Amino acid sequence: MDGLKRCAAAIVGVAESDLGQVAEGMSPMDLVAQGTQRALADCGLSLKDVDGLFCAMTQQRMSINGMIEYLGIHPKFIGSSMTGGSSFEFHVAQAAAAIEAGLCNVAVIGYGSTQRSVGRRQASAREVNPYETPYNPFFPSSAYALAASRHMHEFGTTREQLAEVAVAARKWAQLNPAAWEKKPLTVEDVLKSRMISHPLSVRDCCLVTDGGGAIVITSAERAKSLKKAPAYILGCGHGITHMNITSMPDLTVTGAKASGEAAYKMAQLGPKDCDMVQLYDAFTVNTILFLEDLGFCKKGEGGAFVSNGNIAPKGGLPVNTNGGGLSYCHPGMYGLLILIEGVRQLRGECGARQVAKHDIAMVHGNGGVLSAQASVILGTSATV
Amino acid sequence: MPNDTTSPLATYNSHLEKGVLAYQFSPAANRAVFFPRLLCPYTGSDKLEWRVSKGRGTVYATTVVHPAEGTPFNVALIDCDEGFRLMSRVEDVPPEQVKIGLRVKFRVHRPDGDEAPIPVFTPEAA
Repeated sequence: MDGLKRCAAAIVGVAESDLGQVAEGMSPMDLVAQGTQRALADCGLSLKDVDGLFCAMTQQRMSINGMIEYLGIHPKFIGSSMTGGSSFEFHVAQAAAAIEAGLCNVAVIGYGSTQRSVGRRQASAREVNPYETPYNPFFPSSAYALAASRHMHEFGTTREQLAEVAVAARKWAQLNPAAWEKKPLTVEDVLKSRMISHPLSVRDCCLVTDGGGAIVITSAERAKSLKKAPAYILGCGHGITHMNITSMPDLTVTGAKASGEAAYKMAQLGPKDCDMVQLYDAFTVNTILFLEDLGFCKKGEGGAFVSNGNIAPKGGLPVNTNGGGLSYCHPGMYGLLILIEGVRQLRGECGARQVAKHDIAMVHGNGGVLSAQASVILGTSATV
Repeated sequence: MPNDTTSPLATYNSHLEKGVLAYQFSPAANRAVFFPRLLCPYTGSDKLEWRVSKGRGTVYATTVVHPAEGTPFNVALIDCDEGFRLMSRVEDVPPEQVKIGLRVKFRVHRPDGDEAPIPVFTPEAA
């Protein structure tokens, strides 16, 4: 982003809350609190150090008020942009800007959802659009299915290639003790599973789980004296193209093109420099679209790029090393969890799924129906 | 300034009630605008003209929704010849046979009860 300084701020603490299926009666804000406490412990800070708060939720419209009430602190600066699942990537840029401007020094970004426990209908209010709702699209799946239909039509992408994304995610999940789905999965299984909105079957769609977490951001200066190696914010970029799928200008090109370009420009890096990609895979088609739009392959070649295990463990490019929203965890809005995984990979904390080279991570959030894209490039001290 | 006496949605629906598919045209942008609104998203102009579509278009994207209960049905995005896109469905043909590029024509669907009429499409050749 123009005006934001490379490496002015860093992510210094990260933690998931409880994931999967949480204890009965646990609230979304309980999960934010859990994540916050664990993320602060991760970097050796405490609540009294925190003077910036960021939050977005599907289950609490005024989530930032709830977070302030629950944590009992009075931050100097807050943010609560709600762009769907990419909210947290937007918050990272906002927190970095606030820290650079001296508006706050230690910011916490939190998220929590109990959508599995309370049911999706309860967790996300249904919004009526008189130009779409009467046709009963099964949102968000049908919007992504429309995009997939167009990609298949223009570029010859196949259902098998979409399935490859789900299979790669499952293989990564099998290496992640925190992953929800670890059963073996084949391309054939994905093709044969229950159809949701053609061409997307249930295995092309993300999980429905509880979960949440928090990350802690501070200035690069302060980051140096904390417990863990900082993940410096090298680049940030945004691209919002629409809200409703009918208004998306071209269903095969997302705002990730603009968000990626802005993030690369700020980081003074390109896709070839990234050691890994943690992207928001709400549906298998996302991975293909975002790898193209972020420049990891040419437009239309995403299907071939994800095939033959190229994004699976031991493949050419590590993508979604936690198992993704498809197999690890998808608590309604997943964007915070990919930031956590990016930071852990940069630190070398990922055990069996640790990638060999881990200096630069592209983290890419998606919100709405391919609507709100935000990229964050993170790097180790070697990249400063 | 007095309040507007009608809304973009009410004007759109009143056309459909007469069996007509209406859309807006922005002279400032020299292009069609959809969904109906007060400001042109390309120029910010508030001068939007209502026009009547010839009701012909092409399927831009398509999906078959498989509900947990009941039969699968089509949802499609249709590019109308006047240069606007809307969500709809293609009827009179099995949902999986609705293909991208299919030429379609408009007809009005009138739901039971109080719901407003909506545009649906059928294959042009039929």
